Amino acid sequence: MDGTAIISGGRGPWRAGVRGGITATGRGLALAGLALTSLALLLVPLVSLLLIGLGVMSLFMDRPMSGLQRAALSLTLLAAGLVLGRLFGVRALLALRALTQLTRRLAGRWSGLPIAEPYRPRPGWTGRRLPYRQQLRWLAFDPATWRDLAWTLVGAVVGVVIAALPFVMMAMGLLAIRAGLRRQLGFGPATLVRLDGTRSVTVWGFGHAAGQPLEVFGGLALVGLGLAAAPLLLCGYAGLANALLAPAGPAELAQRVDHLTQTRTETIDSGAAEIRRIERDLHDGAQARLVAVGMTLGAAEDLIGSSPDAARALLVEARAASAQALAELRALVRGIHPPVLADRGLADAIRALALDSGLKVDVTAALPGRPQPPVESAAYFAVCELLANVSKHAGTRQAWIDLHYERGLLRVDVTDNGTGGADPAGGTGLRGIERRVAAFDGILALNSPVGGPTVATMEIPCALSSLKTFSC
Amino acid sequence: MRVVIAEDLFLLRDGLTRMLTAHGLDVTAAVDNGDDLLAALTGDPAGAGTAGPPDVAVVDVRLPPTFTDEGLRAALAARRQLPGLPVLVLSQYVEQLYARELLASGRGGIGYLLKDRVFDSRSFVDAVRRVAAGGTAMDPEVIARLLASNSGDDAIGALSPREREVLGLMAEGRSNAAIAQRLTVTERAVAKHIASIFLKLDLQPSDDDNRRVLAVLAYLGR
Repeated sequence: MDGTAIISGGRGPWRAGVRGGITATGRGLALAGLALTSLALLLVPLVSLLLIGLGVMSLFMDRPMSGLQRAALSLTLLAAGLVLGRLFGVRALLALRALTQLTRRLAGRWSGLPIAEPYRPRPGWTGRRLPYRQQLRWLAFDPATWRDLAWTLVGAVVGVVIAALPFVMMAMGLLAIRAGLRRQLGFGPATLVRLDGTRSVTVWGFGHAAGQPLEVFGGLALVGLGLAAAPLLLCGYAGLANALLAPAGPAELAQRVDHLTQTRTETIDSGAAEIRRIERDLHDGAQARLVAVGMTLGAAEDLIGSSPDAARALLVEARAASAQALAELRALVRGIHPPVLADRGLADAIRALALDSGLKVDVTAALPGRPQPPVESAAYFAVCELLANVSKHAGTRQAWIDLHYERGLLRVDVTDNGTGGADPAGGTGLRGIERRVAAFDGILALNSPVGGPTVATMEIPCALSSLKTFSC
Repeated sequence: MRVVIAEDLFLLRDGLTRMLTAHGLDVTAAVDNGDDLLAALTGDPAGAGTAGPPDVAVVDVRLPPTFTDEGLRAALAARRQLPGLPVLVLSQYVEQLYARELLASGRGGIGYLLKDRVFDSRSFVDAVRRVAAGGTAMDPEVIARLLASNSGDDAIGALSPREREVLGLMAEGRSNAAIAQRLTVTERAVAKHIASIFLKLDLQPSDDDNRRVLAVLAYLGR
């Protein structure tokens, strides 16, 4: 029984390993192909530069041509270089950029280590054709272009070796196995001749040649090694790509500025929208009710002498309206800044939220202090939205929330055992959470395979203030 | 009956004092912060000048100096020192979390009401007296939320609508007589409903109003 279990248990990873190796080999080949194509594209500007260079150099050659010949040759070379560069240079660079961007995306996706796009934004309006000179300036003054060129050279040389190595190893291994098998089992052609010598037939079969076991085992080992090495080499290639292709220095700073500008705009917009909502709620809710209370009280005052019973009824009405106004103010305050969050901080506020959610939520929290109030508020409302998503879409009543703080990051996991398949692009809710936490350079990651479980993880960089210690 | 009031807003503190005095209660101290409250509750003579703990305290959750849940924490601390010390907590908002903390000791003499409830002075004073006598006074909003978070409970799902209504009123801390009056039915009918509720929730029946209420609250606050 045990043996069977072990064998059947061992088969899964084994098969997965082979499949992973083959996939990685295929991906490596694709990346190597990309690198070689980029190199070919790089030839266009290189040749054009080379022609121009040769044209200039030929002016200074003293022999074996006459001055006229020299001038003609030099002019021809220069003209060819310039025309080639003018016609195809920018296009080749743009194509190279597209290919490098594809490499970035593929290497990032396959290695699980996304590589950001380092390019400066295209000047002018989107969709409008740029004048040649402006386009050239945009490309030439972007350090990312030069890093792309460097990558193309490195990637084509080192990359092809790294990425294509597993394929080469496996191909060699398979060839060796074939050759070895042929000899080991004597698989091969044999000529059979009829006894009377009239006809001869060539027959393929075993036992026709001498054996060579080493080749088979060596070949098998090579295939195995190739399979095992493929994922590692792919990761290595992606690492190299990340080192050379990810934004660096000024590009990184420029991107940071872009990100900050965007998140700041979004934060200001959502802040303004929030204030408008509060103003409207107050205007239509509590404020209107208080006006009604005042009017009812005035009417009661008029009636109190002539008909005390009617006045009493109006007073009851006024009291009910003021209670209603209070209830609306309470709901509004809860939406602005939940009282428990102000009183007790994030962990208890989320516990209170969990109690009121109508779900069965287990909350575990290990926070050695309190984050800044804005961070607390963002995390609170994000959890609020996530729990609402669980009760609306997940089709389960069970959820788990874990809060902890590690190396400068506040981390919140919201897990449910529902049906999964949540799409971050689908709803505005998740986008809203992303925006909320992005204002603090935080991120939201969602893992929701179809069939569940769904895990939403938020990480917000922040500092904690030391926890006040109370007597109880 | 000696009452301590803790409320930082002068208008409300004054209003409460006048209301309770008008209904024949003796307000021995009206404080405006957590430290004075704790001293007054535990009967520290150096504190608010009262001799011994009061019969009941009416406490606002949010008090100086932190303006967070100072009042609640003082009330809990005082009840740890003097188990069963009757405290009625008032707040602009009610939270299940706080209700559960107040009820966690499993003892009576606890109230947790929205501040709006002082609008109706008669029923408010009634709640104060109930808490002083070791009973409970839970805000209908807290009970609604407790019931809502127990909506997945099979035993509660098995209750009839009328039984659920009785359960809610009982959890607020009302006596059988009060429930009967509210639902305009006889006390015997209420007793029958309660017996059925206790059977369905598998709770130990009891003749004592307060004990029954605590059993129900303990069930809801599991």
